Amino acid sequence: MKNRKTLLAGLCGVSLLLAACGTSGSDSSTGSAPGAQGFTPPKLAALTQLGQPEGQLNVLAWPGYAENGSNDSKINWVKPFEDQTGCKVTVKPFGTSDEAVTLMKTGQYDVVSASGDASLRLVASGDVEPVNTALVPNYNDVYPFLKNKAWNSVNNVAYGIPHGWGANVLTYRTDKVSPEPTSWSPMFDVNSPYKGKIIAYDSPIYIADAALYLMAHQPDLGIKNPYALDDKQFNAAVDLLKKQRPNVSEYWSDYLKETQSLKNADAVIGTAWQVTVNLAKSEGAPLGATVPSEGATGWSDTWMVSAKSQHKTCAYKWMDYIISPKVNAQVAEYFGEAPANSKACAEMTDKTLCDTYHANDAAYAAKIQYWTTPIQQCLDGRTDVKCKDYGDWTKAWTEIKG
Amino acid sequence: MTAVSPPSRRASAFFFRKPKLRLGILLSAPLLWLGLAYLGALAALFITAFWSTDVFTGKVVTDWSFDNFVTLFTDSVYRTITLRTVGIALLVTVIDAVIAFPMAFAMAKLASPKAQRILVIAVMTPLWASYLVKAYAWRTLLSGNGAISWLLSPFGLSGPGYGVAATVITLSYLWLPYMILPIYAGLERLPDSLVDASGDLGARSFRTFRSVILPLAFPAIVAGSIFTFSLSLGDYIAVKIVGGTSQMLGNVVYDNIGAANNLPFAATVAIVPVVIMLVYLAVVRRTGALNNL
Repeated sequence: MKNRKTLLAGLCGVSLLLAACGTSGSDSSTGSAPGAQGFTPPKLAALTQLGQPEGQLNVLAWPGYAENGSNDSKINWVKPFEDQTGCKVTVKPFGTSDEAVTLMKTGQYDVVSASGDASLRLVASGDVEPVNTALVPNYNDVYPFLKNKAWNSVNNVAYGIPHGWGANVLTYRTDKVSPEPTSWSPMFDVNSPYKGKIIAYDSPIYIADAALYLMAHQPDLGIKNPYALDDKQFNAAVDLLKKQRPNVSEYWSDYLKETQSLKNADAVIGTAWQVTVNLAKSEGAPLGATVPSEGATGWSDTWMVSAKSQHKTCAYKWMDYIISPKVNAQVAEYFGEAPANSKACAEMTDKTLCDTYHANDAAYAAKIQYWTTPIQQCLDGRTDVKCKDYGDWTKAWTEIKG
Repeated sequence: MTAVSPPSRRASAFFFRKPKLRLGILLSAPLLWLGLAYLGALAALFITAFWSTDVFTGKVVTDWSFDNFVTLFTDSVYRTITLRTVGIALLVTVIDAVIAFPMAFAMAKLASPKAQRILVIAVMTPLWASYLVKAYAWRTLLSGNGAISWLLSPFGLSGPGYGVAATVITLSYLWLPYMILPIYAGLERLPDSLVDASGDLGARSFRTFRSVILPLAFPAIVAGSIFTFSLSLGDYIAVKIVGGTSQMLGNVVYDNIGAANNLPFAATVAIVPVVIMLVYLAVVRRTGALNNL
């Protein structure tokens, strides 16, 4: 009897501890006056001046953004940075924005290459802080159309350094798919000839791809922005994806797994990043990639600094280094995207790449629907309806996969 | 002998006189471990299940509610996933039992003592290799260009591709040793004289198997099934690698932590396999299988 009581007391102790930990986060951003983006970020100050490099840096990056020679011994732009600054770099690649957001909460990473569907969540939760762009000399050369955007700034305060951008392309096996697709229809048509051979991205944000398709094919739904969906529009997009599911062979979040599927022709058509296409092609898979007539969703990535970082000088040095013309060009070329630095194009080995990715084409950049975190306040400016927020998107995604 | 005995001697004499204290000190460390690390974690899980998260910032909101449980029970998708998961776990268990029994029987009753040792090692070798390597190996085998399709193609058949069938195959492969070893241990303990006696009384081999061997080995099979069933129930990696579009309970937990950052709902879902396992254990307790572990 006595023992049982002790055990109970122990259990209560654990739960109390947990309760105490849990409440520490409730001083959140749900304050009164929301800013232009529907929320007020926690008050955090940007770094005012650089100190001595701390000798260490933990980088959380999209695969291909911070290569340290582990995938290809010739591709290494981490080493020169270490030599220059003495900051020893540890790189952790992530597969989806959701993963990045969760990992940033641990406070173990100093910088992160965040896409638009992650950045605002990081800002709102106080996981990243504003950046002092004056401490990043190369920021001056960044294309103006990438600066102070909805996904990398709040109320005109910059929260990061633009890195590069690109589209989620439609890729296909040239030997199995003909004619060459110019529309997303083979992906979404219930009677697609590529039934069971379709590969789609595994993240709630993929719902936007369906919404983008509906923008062109069901104009009566009135979708203006695939990240601002009211009830009716949202349900239409979810329905479309539920109908797509039986035709899908796999959902991918690991780009290497997708590369393998395309190489083995287990999948012949799907959404991909240019880096996946390049990688599979280099391994001998006959692949084509295109931005179809409906347009595409895409990413515009930003390097952000963790609010909890212990290595902020190294973090700023990294941000300046990774968008310096030469390195920005190397990364853009390796990953297959448009660089953020306007001087990067001159540094490319393949001089046509900047044209291929429309690097200095602001009009083209505007056509891509960049990943943005869906919030209740409609991002397309409508005030008469409530939009579905990311929590709803996540729930729907579980339902779609069934 | 007037010399004072050494402290160690005095301590052991002291503990000899107080057996309860001795037992208490011996058990305190494991009990603390069980209480804090194990039951404490389960309790924390259960408590978290009643909380929620701020979907945008991802912070845990410690307001008590049954919302998560309501979602779990009312959304048909979670029912579907639970049934699929239990179905896969049962199928894996049955397949493993069917494959494991003859193997374990041969090992325990037919092989020479030397061969027995070698066979036990052979059964255990796959456990020394990484889970991921084995699962990815199956991904390659099951691919459209893989060995299985290549073997089946002369007969006009194709492989199962990625999906539930592939998941069952992969999991059955992964957990097979966990079924063979308990059955082997059970059959080894079965006295040969019983089999002989059955034969002397005129039973043919099938009758001996049905009336003597199987009833005596049954608790061992159930003991193995606890491993295969519970391991399959909690798995989420194999299905991610070879499962195509299908998902299991583990994936819902993983996605809610990794993607949605909704720890409370993940905790709610994680309680489902715990409850299923408790029910399962309550049922198999009657067979005496737990004495066999």
